[in-house]
Amino acid sequence: MTQIVNEDKKNELYAFMDEVSQERRSNSYLIAVLHKVQQLYGYLPQEVMDQVAEKMEIPTSHIWGVATFYHYFNLKPIGKNIVSVCMGTACYVKGADKMLLTLKKELGIEIGETTEDKLFTLQEARCLGACGIAPVMMINGKIYGELDSKKTVDIINQYRKAAQTDIE
Amino acid sequence: MEDVQYKMMLCDGVSCIHNQSKELQSAIESELDKSGIRDAVSIHLSGCLGMCNKGPILIVNPGYTIYGGVGSEDVPEIVQSHLVEGKPVARLVIEEDHLYNRFFRIFGDVDFFGKQMRITLRNCGVIDPENIDDYLSVRGYEALAKVLCDMTPEQVVAEVKKSGLRGRGGAGFPTGLKWGFTAAQKADEKYVICNADEGDPGAFMDRSAIEGDPHTVIEGIIIGGYAVGATKGIVYIRAEYPLAIKRLEKAIEDAREHGFLGKDILGTDFSFDVEIRLGAGAFVCGEETALIHSIEGARGMPRPRPPYPSVSGLFGKPTLINNVETWANIPVIILDGGEWLSSIGTETSKGTKVFALAGKVHNTGLVEVPMGTTLREIVYDIGGGIPNGKKFKAVQTGGPSGGCLPEEYLDTQIDYESLAKAGSIMGSGGMIVIDEESCMVSLARFFIEFTQDESCGKCTPCREGTKRMLEILTRIVEGKGKAGDIEKLERLGSMIKKSSLCGLGQSAPNPVLSTIKNFREEYEEHIEQKKCRAGQCVALLSYVVNDECVGCGACKRICPTGAIEGTRKEKHLILDEKCIRCGQCYDVCKFEAINKV
Repeated sequence: MTQIVNEDKKNELYAFMDEVSQERRSNSYLIAVLHKVQQLYGYLPQEVMDQVAEKMEIPTSHIWGVATFYHYFNLKPIGKNIVSVCMGTACYVKGADKMLLTLKKELGIEIGETTEDKLFTLQEARCLGACGIAPVMMINGKIYGELDSKKTVDIINQYRKAAQTDIE
Repeated sequence: MEDVQYKMMLCDGVSCIHNQSKELQSAIESELDKSGIRDAVSIHLSGCLGMCNKGPILIVNPGYTIYGGVGSEDVPEIVQSHLVEGKPVARLVIEEDHLYNRFFRIFGDVDFFGKQMRITLRNCGVIDPENIDDYLSVRGYEALAKVLCDMTPEQVVAEVKKSGLRGRGGAGFPTGLKWGFTAAQKADEKYVICNADEGDPGAFMDRSAIEGDPHTVIEGIIIGGYAVGATKGIVYIRAEYPLAIKRLEKAIEDAREHGFLGKDILGTDFSFDVEIRLGAGAFVCGEETALIHSIEGARGMPRPRPPYPSVSGLFGKPTLINNVETWANIPVIILDGGEWLSSIGTETSKGTKVFALAGKVHNTGLVEVPMGTTLREIVYDIGGGIPNGKKFKAVQTGGPSGGCLPEEYLDTQIDYESLAKAGSIMGSGGMIVIDEESCMVSLARFFIEFTQDESCGKCTPCREGTKRMLEILTRIVEGKGKAGDIEKLERLGSMIKKSSLCGLGQSAPNPVLSTIKNFREEYEEHIEQKKCRAGQCVALLSYVVNDECVGCGACKRICPTGAIEGTRKEKHLILDEKCIRCGQCYDVCKFEAINKV
C-alpha cells in the first residue's frame, strides 16, 4: 500500500520538475521544487533529495546547502500535528515564553522534536502575523489566540482525544 | 445581480477567523434563507480591517455601518432590524469620534480611524480582494491605463520623484531615484521585484495589504515595469502566508484574463508578466541582494554593494526592488499626482506609513498614519493606551533592527530622520508597545537571539559578534552579569554596526544599544543587585506565598512540578528548589497571595 502511495508522490514530483525544466533558468526553481517535496512528504527525505539532484542536474551538496539554509524546510520526519508557537515580538511581550515552557513540559519534547507517539511536532514560528491576539500558536494551520498555560494544555488534550477517537 | 440591495463585508483576517468569522458567515446565510431575502444580499470576505481586537467585524453597505464583536446569536437581529426594516442595530455598531479618510467614507465614524489616513490600505476591507470587478469599481487599473496611454516612461519616473516617496521597507531610499537608476541602464532584459518577505517578527503590514487588496500591488508593479523598461515582475513572498499567496495568484490570473498582464497590455505594445516566488523562512532575504540570490535558487546570502541591483541584479540584469507598501503607493501617485502625495507628511518624509500596532495596547492592528504623526498619537489616540492600568514603558519600532523609545520620546514625529535621531528607525512598520511588566534586558536579548539565529554567517562581525553579545546578555539575565559587561556590549555593538556586510548586521545591535542608552539603570540593577524590576527574568526571582493565602489550593493544583505544599484552608508554601518559575500559581491566585520577589 505505502509503496503505491510513494509511487504517486514520486510521479507528482517528477511531473512538477518536468514542468519547471521548461522554464528559462530552470535551476532557479530549486526552492520551489523543495517546497513541492515538503508538501508531498512532510519533510525533505535524503533519497528524494538525491532524485532531485539527478533530475535537475544540480550537485547534492548545493541542494543540501540550500535546504539547510532556510528554516521552513524540515529535515526530519514530522508528527501528525504540527504545533507552531509564535515567538514574534508581540507574542513574546505577552508571555509566549511561558506558553512554550508549558508546551515543552506537557509534550516532553524540545523545539524541533517529535513526540514518541508521533502525534506532535513542536516548532517555533517567527511571526504568524496574528499579533493582535497574542500570544498565539498554530496547530496544522489553525490559529489559537489569547492563550495562557491552561488554555494551551486544554487544546493539546483536545488533539489527543481526537487522535484517540480516530484509533477507536 | 441587479436585485442586490445590501452588500455585507465580513473580515477574513486571521484574528477575525479566530473569533469565528466563518461560523458567523454560515449563520448569516441560513438566517437570510429563513427571512427569504437571500437574493437581496451579497456576502463578501474582505482582508484584514485592522480592528483585530474587536473582531469579528462585519460591514453593511450601503450606509457604511461597521459592526464589531458580532456573534452568531446577533445575526437574527441584524437581519431583521437592519436588512429587513432598514434600522442598524445600534448596540453592535462601533461608533466613536470623527473619521478622516479621503477615499472612502466607508469606515464611518470610528475613533480608531480618526487619526488615520488610509492611502495604501484604502481598499482593504472595502472591496472583495478576490473579485477584480470590485477593484475596477474603485478606479482600479485606471492608473495603469493612464500611464500606458498618456505618459512616457520618463514622465512616470519624474512623477514618482516628484512625490518624494521613499522606500517603505525601512531604509527610506528615495523611490524615484531608484527607478531613475534602473531606467537609465541599457540591457536586453530587466526585472522588477516586489519584496514581500516580511520577516520582522511582530509585523504583518504586507500580509494584510496583499490579502486585502492584491490588485493595487500588482498594478504598482506593472507601472514600475513600464517605467524602467522591464518585461518581467517577480513577487517574492513568505511561504508562511498561504492566504496572501492564494489571493495574489488569483489576482494575477484575473489581471491576465482582463488584459492587464501578458502580451500587448491594453492594446499597446507593452508586454509584461508577473510571477510569484516563495521564500522559505530566512530573515536575511529581506536584504535585496540576499533576496536576489534566493530567487536564483541559492542560499540567501547578501553580497557587497556596489554594484547595486539597479545595475546588476537578478541573473546579472538591472533590477528594481521595492517593498509591498512602496508599490501600493504607486497607483495613487499616478492618479492623484506626485504633488498631492508630497503635500502630506513632513519636510523629508512624504505620504503615509502603515504600522502593525501590537503588544501592551488596547487596540491592536494595522494603522496607516500621515508622516509627522507623533508616537503618542498612535499609542494613546489610536491604540487607546495601555490596558489593565499598567504604566507605559517604551515603544519599539523597526523590529530587530530598531530601538526602544521611552516616555520622553513619545512626542517624536514619525519620519525617517526624527526616529533615527531619537535612536530608533522607521523600519518596515512593526510597532510594539511595552509596559512596566516587560524587562528591557530580556527584550534586548530576545532580539539579539533572533538576529544571531538569522545571521547568514557570511561576515565575521555579524556571525561572531552577535553570538558574543548574546552570551553576555544571557549571563546578565541569568544573574551572572559582571562589571564591565555594559561597556563591552557597547563596544561590540558599535564595532558590529560599522563593519558588517549588510543591513542585518549593521542594525542588529540597535535594540541593545538603544535599551542601554535609555534604560541603563535596568542593566545595572541586573548586574549589581541581581534584580529584575519587571519581574520577568526568572533566574532573578522567587515566588513566595504571603499572609493573604486562604488555602484554597488553586496554586497547588495548577503547579506543574508539585512545588507547592499545604493543607486545605491553611497557608501554602512554595518549595524554591522545585519551583521552575513558570508563574502559573501567580496567575491563578485570586487573593493576591503570591508575591514575586
